[in-house]
Amino acid sequence: MYTIIFLALYVQVFFMVTFFERRKHLSGLHEEEVPVLSSYPTVAVIVPAWNESETVHGTIESLLNLDYPKDRLEVIVVDDGSTDDTWLQMNKHKNNPQVRLFQKENGGKHTAVNFGIDNTNADFISCLDADSFVAPDALKRIINIFQRKSDVMAVAPSLIVNKPKNILQHAQKVEYNMSTYNKRMLAYLGAIHVTPGPFSVFRKEVFQKIGKFKKAHNTEDQEIAYRMQENHMRIDHCHTAYVYTSSPNTVKKLYKQRLRWIYGFINNTIDYRRLIFKTRYGNFSFFTLPSGIISIIAVCYLSFALFYNLIIFVIKKITEISIKGFHLSFSPNLDWFFINTKTIVFVSVALYGLIIFSILVGTKLSKQGHGLHWHIIPYLLIYSVIAPFWLLKAVWNTITRAGQPKWR
Amino acid sequence: MKGFQKYFFVFLVTCGIFAVGWYLSAYVNGKKINQIKDIQNKIAIDILSSETQFSLLEELSCQDLSNSILSQEISTIADKINYSEQNVNATDEVQLLKKQYTILQVKDFLLTKRISERCKQKINTIFYFYGNKDACSECVKQGYVLDALREKYPSLRVYSFDFNLDLSTIKALTSIYKIQNSLPGLVINGKTFSGFKTVEDVEALLPKSLTNPPKPTLPATAKKVSQ
Repeated sequence: MYTIIFLALYVQVFFMVTFFERRKHLSGLHEEEVPVLSSYPTVAVIVPAWNESETVHGTIESLLNLDYPKDRLEVIVVDDGSTDDTWLQMNKHKNNPQVRLFQKENGGKHTAVNFGIDNTNADFISCLDADSFVAPDALKRIINIFQRKSDVMAVAPSLIVNKPKNILQHAQKVEYNMSTYNKRMLAYLGAIHVTPGPFSVFRKEVFQKIGKFKKAHNTEDQEIAYRMQENHMRIDHCHTAYVYTSSPNTVKKLYKQRLRWIYGFINNTIDYRRLIFKTRYGNFSFFTLPSGIISIIAVCYLSFALFYNLIIFVIKKITEISIKGFHLSFSPNLDWFFINTKTIVFVSVALYGLIIFSILVGTKLSKQGHGLHWHIIPYLLIYSVIAPFWLLKAVWNTITRAGQPKWR
Repeated sequence: MKGFQKYFFVFLVTCGIFAVGWYLSAYVNGKKINQIKDIQNKIAIDILSSETQFSLLEELSCQDLSNSILSQEISTIADKINYSEQNVNATDEVQLLKKQYTILQVKDFLLTKRISERCKQKINTIFYFYGNKDACSECVKQGYVLDALREKYPSLRVYSFDFNLDLSTIKALTSIYKIQNSLPGLVINGKTFSGFKTVEDVEALLPKSLTNPPKPTLPATAKKVSQ
């Protein structure tokens, strides 16, 4: 238990130290000003769409509203064999010269994106899931990074939960804000392990040098990041480029999404295990991958420990009730003496303090407000309870080769 | 910081946080131990006071005496020692406190017995000898049985002793009452029984003056220390 808490704390301290190292850089960024670009390279944004009739129109609209010269930006929408009205919705834009529409047989998201890559000569290629919407200045901000840093080969944006309605979505919003902080710190470390489907932008050379997207356990956006790290291609993060993405609104949908993500992480990490603990791959090798593995082992261990203790507690309670009878008692023992004051409790408080710190900084970076919001409570509660389930299931599927989780 | 310097620095910071956690834990646990010590001192003074009063018995009426004997806090201290045994690292100190508590229980029993003889009050006592989980799988259940009896008959005095506690008083008690290794062991009003006893089994061994009808005479004072 102490080892697991130590490692979890180590990861958070690593992020915090990185934050304080780069605080000056962060505060020196003029986030309010939209950058003026020296030139406008051509950009293609590929929208793979499979049964996205409800959102694809809005996604295309948000791309057309990007603050970028219209003759330098093309939107490539690929209907990946949808069985609903997606193609019909796409055709609302068929007369727009900026938009190119394609239809193909269903082959999975990666095939739709690759189809788009094959049909463009743009300098920069991006992908946007058809359930996401882009802030108008996002592309300029991202291209600005490419122009300032010639060695950057891909830039990931900040993801924000679009119009959260229920508690579950608000909890995800907190999580996404924290991810912005984590991703910003990983970018400083040169150790980003995923270029998210919603609006990560790549130089076209990436695909020319290391190939296009692969199926990669239905997490092609992770795999290409692994491949880029293996080929020493730098991935940066633009925390001021906001992409608003739809989030699962039920526990079942969230469970399926996270099962796919975690299964993808485990299996991509297994596929690329040759990168772990190799000095030539830097922090990606020594920090990102090990910390991901540690978090999975930690959650598995803590879940089993919790389950075991719960069983013991229930057995004791049943024994007690069978002997003493059932009495409802509303007078809990409030004596401070019985508060757990083991070392692990104090260290866990520090760990949670650092997690809250990361949420606070992430919320500020995402421009989602200041200070603590009460949604942090449902976030910690919901994820503590249900995260072990998708995590254990992903581990189980990997061990038993039960097959990769589907998209939906 | 570059390269592995940062990894080492973060390691030191993490160790530092653990050290602070350990220090805070030791500090608060020390406060807890002191609290138990304070309570035990108070009980010891109460018992000493009662013994002194008893020596002056001829000059006191039974009513005066019964109102002053023994602290009620002796029952709460058992829970605290039990909790400390499982959650506080200072094993030696907790074991010492447990020994003191055991002696206080015996002194409480002896004094109560003398007073009851002098004042013609009938008392019912149970000595409960328990062991740890490995040595006594049914001690948890026996503890619940005694808790239930204590709640049902407030005048019943239950004294709990750790059979394995390295203390001459325990050895004397086990020798007097011929307690064997087959735990849990019960001594009900001087008669020894071994093995698990249900609530009904124990009730059948208690005098009817207590079980039917139950009329409390003296408050229950002691509880088991640990399972």
